[in-house]
Amino acid sequence: MSKQIKAVALISGGLDSMLAVRAMQDQGIHIEGINFFTGFCVEGHTHAIRKQDQNKQKRNNALWVAEQLGIKLHIIDVIEEYKDVLINPKHGYGANMNPCLDCKTFMVRKAMEWIKENEFDFIITGEVVGQRPMSQRKDTMQIVVKESGAGGLLVRPLCAQNLAPTLPEQEGWIDREKMLGFNGRSRKPQIALAEEYGFTDFAQPAGGCCFLTDESYSKKLVDLWQVQGHKEYEFDDIMLLKVGRHIRPSPLYKLIVGREEGENRFMEGYRNRFDYFFNSSHPGPLVLMDGQLNTPEDIELAARVVARFGQGRDAEQVTVTYTPLQGDPQSITVKPFTADEMPKEWYI
Amino acid sequence: MSTPQQTLDVRGHLCPIPVIRTQNHAKKLAAGDILEVLCTDPGVTSDIPAWCRINGHSVISIETRDGVIVVTIMIGNES
Repeated sequence: MSKQIKAVALISGGLDSMLAVRAMQDQGIHIEGINFFTGFCVEGHTHAIRKQDQNKQKRNNALWVAEQLGIKLHIIDVIEEYKDVLINPKHGYGANMNPCLDCKTFMVRKAMEWIKENEFDFIITGEVVGQRPMSQRKDTMQIVVKESGAGGLLVRPLCAQNLAPTLPEQEGWIDREKMLGFNGRSRKPQIALAEEYGFTDFAQPAGGCCFLTDESYSKKLVDLWQVQGHKEYEFDDIMLLKVGRHIRPSPLYKLIVGREEGENRFMEGYRNRFDYFFNSSHPGPLVLMDGQLNTPEDIELAARVVARFGQGRDAEQVTVTYTPLQGDPQSITVKPFTADEMPKEWYI
Repeated sequence: MSTPQQTLDVRGHLCPIPVIRTQNHAKKLAAGDILEVLCTDPGVTSDIPAWCRINGHSVISIETRDGVIVVTIMIGNES
């Protein structure tokens, strides 16, 4: 009896990895999936936090894809290890703070460790040559092969015919002729293949599934690093960059203003870590203060910002409660800033 | 109703962390063991059952007690 060949697939929850797995299943390969949680994944958290997203279908797309394909999925927490990828990317960042090439290399390297521990034979991804400007070019895909240590054990079924034969093809574990030859940015071949496989429901996140490709998120991350004077971060730091308006009236502090009920509720969990404000004379958001308010003038200015985002924004006076992390709450009555009085550069 | 042998507290964590912690905890358990997971993210009501289905575990119940979502699962044979 011949040995069952086993491969692990990097599952993002999108269509491409779904198709790649299915193509390999058609060749009789036993597949299990890996999904890496870096802390920057978009969907699960934002849907959980924001009330306006709560009507959206709640599902983890990686788990959903695995279920559709009938494969096991191993979700792996790489939050700590990922810090080095983001802080020191050998190949730099993309259009925003996305270290895509280093990220892909890291994930394939982790997958290599996984297949050694679990006695699997090779790795597959849903990558397509020319699909993405940084990590999915013919030259950079070769860099991933080399720097991850995967060598011939990394198979990209959707574009394999455009790449050099891999070990599983050379060994005859899989048939190169049955692999695909997709290339470029067009999604039409994937959509056609999805139809052929009968996949009618699949996630196609615009701009990917990572906050680091998001311009607004990246600006907040850069601001965090600039103010700290270093690039280290904790998980809570990067979580809080996902919520609220971030307003920095001074290099010494910023205010995180909840934008809706879901965010306010989420931010309440951080009241034991930050000074915070709320409008006490009018309804308004919870506002966390990250940094230092050194003078009564700082507190008053922050309170005017807080009042600006409450329902008393047009009132002559609004009472704001300021609760420092250490010390008693204090009430401050202020005139809210008008929209014109809030300098654009305060908004991160 | 089966009595949980173990309780895992993931209150305050957002998905996928509750799923990851459940997955990692399940590796220490034997087939037939009952695990109760205490959560606050409503996303667990779809994610933990999906994780159970693909990994051969069973969801015994999902209930809310004093604002805490309690997902009780039975470990399957393949953990």
